[in-house]
Amino acid sequence: MKPPPFDYRAPRTLEEALEDLAEGGKVLAGGQSLIPLLNMRLAAPERLIDINGVASLDALEVTAAGVRAGALARHAAVERSAEAAAVQPLLRQALRHVAHPVIRNRGTVVGSLAHADPAAELPAVLALLDGHVEAASASGRRTVAAADFFTGPLESALRPEELATAAFFPALPPRTGTAFAELARRHGDYALVGAAALVTLDDDLRVRAARAAYLGVADTPVVLDLTGPAVQGQEGRPPGAVDWSAAAAHAVARVNPGGDIHAGADYRRHLVGVLTGRALAEAARNAPPGGT
Amino acid sequence: MSGEPVFEITMTVNGVRRGARAPARRLLSDFLRHDLGLTGTHVGCEHGVCGCCTVLMDGDPVRSCLTLAITAAGHEITTVEGLAPGDGEPSPVQRAFQECHGLQCGFCTPGFLCTVTALLRDNPRPTDEEVLEGISGNLCRCTGYQNIVASVHRAAELIAESGDGS
Repeated sequence: MKPPPFDYRAPRTLEEALEDLAEGGKVLAGGQSLIPLLNMRLAAPERLIDINGVASLDALEVTAAGVRAGALARHAAVERSAEAAAVQPLLRQALRHVAHPVIRNRGTVVGSLAHADPAAELPAVLALLDGHVEAASASGRRTVAAADFFTGPLESALRPEELATAAFFPALPPRTGTAFAELARRHGDYALVGAAALVTLDDDLRVRAARAAYLGVADTPVVLDLTGPAVQGQEGRPPGAVDWSAAAAHAVARVNPGGDIHAGADYRRHLVGVLTGRALAEAARNAPPGGT
Repeated sequence: MSGEPVFEITMTVNGVRRGARAPARRLLSDFLRHDLGLTGTHVGCEHGVCGCCTVLMDGDPVRSCLTLAITAAGHEITTVEGLAPGDGEPSPVQRAFQECHGLQCGFCTPGFLCTVTALLRDNPRPTDEEVLEGISGNLCRCTGYQNIVASVHRAAELIAESGDGS
């Protein structure tokens, strides 16, 4: 249970990091996913580029437009930020489910996205919110939309020479609430299934839009627009009295999870229904009646 | 492996500047135990699940088995050996664990003590639920959790009584 040998680089600036990365290597940020893989020798990168010394990457910028987390913004820093929670509450709601508090002291938001675990919370959050990842290499910079970023299990659209420098989570639209629900065998474990939900009300405070994103049901996050079944037949009902069962059934019919040692496919599909109902109901309750 | 480069790695451990030469792949847990001889930090699962190896890095609890020693270079590390004030008396958290029988075999104890020290610094009067969440990443295979939770509450009392948290 010791990491295999690797060539070690510790760049002090982004430019140095990108030069190192151009020669090839694996980026070490929080290390809470990478170092277990090294300890168990499931990964043996030739070169490790430790970006923890690149001070400019730990910025957490919160504006009216959204939350931008730099590559070294730790889960705990984003979770504790009252400013970030005010602009985009789904971040804190989801981060509370990411492993344990001590892991969140080191793990990074951008690292979770780049790791692209199909059972991780933050990829589903980025997908639901239509956020994006900022990538940089020695030859240039680009922005990758969430819909294009996750390409497979543990696979992202990042090129080998690219560093994910930041992730942007757009602010909530007015009269919108969010919620996050998941089921894990043990507290802090990767979830069997999780759902992030977003519900928007109209001027009369009736449900106008409902969407959810799921983890644990496919190789990449699955985003579903549930507005149709959420509003149909519910005319005149206040958001607290909406029957979400049609939306839940709609979601169940549209996911095709696999089964594994942790849970069978049927059970995962069942959980999609249960968690959809819970998350949508809570998101509706969280939707502020006023402007935002 | 012969020819593997070694680095001079220095950090402040329990208030003292310490250093040793080690390869980049040396985990902080092994650096503390093998290179610095501080065997109070225990190593259980070595993949971040059990929490036994938890130490404080710049005051925040982290898994020393999921941190490279070289990444921690230049930082302030506190291990279980550094929790007591140094006058021979245990820290309030250590005293509470002793009073409430929060330790059985003792293997998980260093990790719990470091985690709880930071937990109570950030939240001096945690609820039961907050205690459970706070220690959820530390496993006790003796399953002495009831007494560990009681120890955390007792430690909060002791810190409040002492008034200055020391």
